[in-house]
Amino acid sequence: MPARLVLPLRQHAGNLAKPAVAVGDLVFKGQLVAAAEGAISSAVHAPTSGRIVDFSEQPIPHYSGLTDWCLTLESDGEDAWTDLEAVDWRAADPDTLRRRIQAAGVVGLGGAVFPSHVKLRPHPDRKFRKLILNGAECEPFITCDDMLMRERAAGILRGAAIMMQLLGAGKCLVGIEDNKPQAIAAMEAAARSSGLNVEVVPVPTLYPGGGAKQLIRVLTGKEVPSHKFSTEFGVQCFNVATAWTLHRALEFGEPVISRIVTVTGSVRTPRNFEALLGTPVADLVAAAGGTLPETDHLVMGGPMMGVTLDSDRLPVVKAMNCIIAASPQLFPPKPPAMPCIRCARCAEVCPVDLQPQELYWFAKSDNFEKARVYNLFDCIECGCCDYVCPSRIPLVQYYRYAKSEIIALDKAKQAADLARERNEFRLARIEREKQERAAKHAQKAAGAKAETAGDDARKAAIAAAMERAKAQKAEVVPQNTGNLASSVEAEIAEIDARRAQAASAQEKQEV
Amino acid sequence: MNTPPYVTGSSSVNLIMLKVLLALVPGIAAYVWVFGGGILVTLTLASLTALLSEAAMLKLRERPVKPFLMDGSALVTAWLLALALPPLAPWWLVVVGTLFAIVIAKQLYGGLGYNPFNPAMVGYAVLLISFPAIMTQWPAPLVLAKVQLGFADQLHYIFGSTLPDGVLVDAISSATPLDYLKTQLKLQHGVVEIAQAPIFGVLGGKGGEIVVGAYLLGGLYLLQQRIMSWHIPVAFLLALAAVSGVAHLADPDHYAGSLFHLFSGATMLCAFFIATDPVSGPTTPTGKLIFAASIGVLTWLIRTWGGYPDGVAFAVLLLNLCVPLIDAYTQPRVFGHGSKHND
Repeated sequence: MPARLVLPLRQHAGNLAKPAVAVGDLVFKGQLVAAAEGAISSAVHAPTSGRIVDFSEQPIPHYSGLTDWCLTLESDGEDAWTDLEAVDWRAADPDTLRRRIQAAGVVGLGGAVFPSHVKLRPHPDRKFRKLILNGAECEPFITCDDMLMRERAAGILRGAAIMMQLLGAGKCLVGIEDNKPQAIAAMEAAARSSGLNVEVVPVPTLYPGGGAKQLIRVLTGKEVPSHKFSTEFGVQCFNVATAWTLHRALEFGEPVISRIVTVTGSVRTPRNFEALLGTPVADLVAAAGGTLPETDHLVMGGPMMGVTLDSDRLPVVKAMNCIIAASPQLFPPKPPAMPCIRCARCAEVCPVDLQPQELYWFAKSDNFEKARVYNLFDCIECGCCDYVCPSRIPLVQYYRYAKSEIIALDKAKQAADLARERNEFRLARIEREKQERAAKHAQKAAGAKAETAGDDARKAAIAAAMERAKAQKAEVVPQNTGNLASSVEAEIAEIDARRAQAASAQEKQEV
Repeated sequence: MNTPPYVTGSSSVNLIMLKVLLALVPGIAAYVWVFGGGILVTLTLASLTALLSEAAMLKLRERPVKPFLMDGSALVTAWLLALALPPLAPWWLVVVGTLFAIVIAKQLYGGLGYNPFNPAMVGYAVLLISFPAIMTQWPAPLVLAKVQLGFADQLHYIFGSTLPDGVLVDAISSATPLDYLKTQLKLQHGVVEIAQAPIFGVLGGKGGEIVVGAYLLGGLYLLQQRIMSWHIPVAFLLALAAVSGVAHLADPDHYAGSLFHLFSGATMLCAFFIATDPVSGPTTPTGKLIFAASIGVLTWLIRTWGGYPDGVAFAVLLLNLCVPLIDAYTQPRVFGHGSKHND
């Protein structure tokens, strides 16, 4: 039991959760500490009982080592549960269930951490619905789902039953890689006793077969179109661990406060742990016997798509399926890149059938428009092309670079469009005012001419002018900064200076 | 820099080039057996020229010399050019051709990975156009030659263009089967009659067909090692066989059969070693089929009606020109795009 747990408020895809506790509050295990904010968001709960001691931005496990808002919980060692409330999900209405699922912090535990309640809303126009449970690990090295299926097969299928009810799915397919015979056997046994229409399907162990769209193609032969969700095609795919947490959340009222993490690589005893969220990664590594001498950094995730962690103090989060202690022996440094020889081995292995060599060419030459046309955004960054490249070109880096540039350019273009619209509007307004002034002048001139015509006209004109002056006077906004004493002016200047200083300091912080 | 993926496969450019060189060894062995050891001198000469000129160019272009020299690509170019030249070609011909291939066709275009044309074929075409007489003067296979030249005699001939006393050039040279076929057809002889000449073997030219068979063996090794996909060799050979076969069936007296075309000239070398150069070829599967089939048809057209006996070099260079176009129009369907997402 770690003494301090750091809980990032964004452990899911979508909006930051809203803190529901304040620094100094005492919380029980399983108590809500941050509530979902908006539809695509999820909740965060206290993994143990204790006191909230901090609410600040802290480093999170992220590709670029970013910080995010985190609550820090100091454990009181009691590990005392809050009151848990189970749901009779068979009787409950779907919307209530979805709200409960969101409030329990159930998200996709395969790594994408997309809030599950969003995916459990069936498409209104589709009748045929199949549920797919993903028991193919994301990447080599990772065994957390394997372990879960071996030990908790029945619970996983109870979660699947809830999913099937919500989706109206008639059938559930469980795709498990064929190098996991024990998991397949366990799931098959559980399937027989579950009374559900479940079929366990061994799939080839071929990275990246654990990708949702890839697994759907293997299991159903359907290709989910680019930039579309599978729900529209009557298929929905969940990780087995997600099904397990759903089962716990509804049948026991337990929110998601822990997950199974594989700790492997250059550690003494590689194994899987059920780890409380917020546990420092260092604790898990220590529990795995500590690192071997050559270890130089830690990786979250697998060898193909994992994220290098800046520190071993980072907390376990919902997305963390695996920790690999990396050493130069395990992950040898890449030899220097040679030019592309267009051998197209990358194209042969691309699971999305892209032409990586062309994309590389476009990304390298900043030819972003072409890269987009060649479907750069269909790239799932699985790293297969990188792996087979005989020239050892860091292809995925080029694609990430091109993607981020394109996104930045699009944003800049939107901003520019807005600015242009504003400017056009402003010019139009100036033009209109000019014309109005000109019309006024013409009127005045006409009035001046009329003046000579007679006294009546003159009187009328004077009256009109006075009327105008009156109106103008009324229009002038009263200002209290007019004739001020010099001491007051100095004070105002000082205040302004302080404001500017504060603003620039804030800017720096943001940078 | 720690960026995913953290693991790398074992493949490398050096390994690919090494395997290509290895695959040429049976062909070279057969060559020595059929035409004598002179080819080894030619190969050495071409290799040295290629390595030295590549190193000099890398230096001039301020590129790291060692990794690029070690990648083996210069050697592949040198060997292919050497094997395409007539055996016993004079030393300066070898040097000039290799220099042109490496300096102009490869390095001036940007070196490894950037040359739009197959360097060996550029070198070959330049020599063929500049020195047509020497380039078409092939020595007869040893089994047919009236005078057998020893290795020392061959060395003398390569470096000094001198033959042993009393031996005339005619005594050691002979027309290649493709050349002979072309000239005899012009003299109104029929194909069947022409094929009775002693220079013809079972499949192609006598002796030459053995070398061709050895190239085929090397090519099969490359396919087995997955150095290249099947598309280019299969499409090229099928297209050449198809056009020559149809023409032969239509008019057997004027057009040689498929087997003759497949086992003559540079056909097999082209199928597995030249047209398959990845740098100057297309990358899409459909593109490879179009590219290679076009080379096959064009080779047959040039052999049949062109000014030169063989057409491989020009066919390859012409199709190299079309590669960007072919690639652009043969982009495969991307996952989740187009019509196949059966709903």
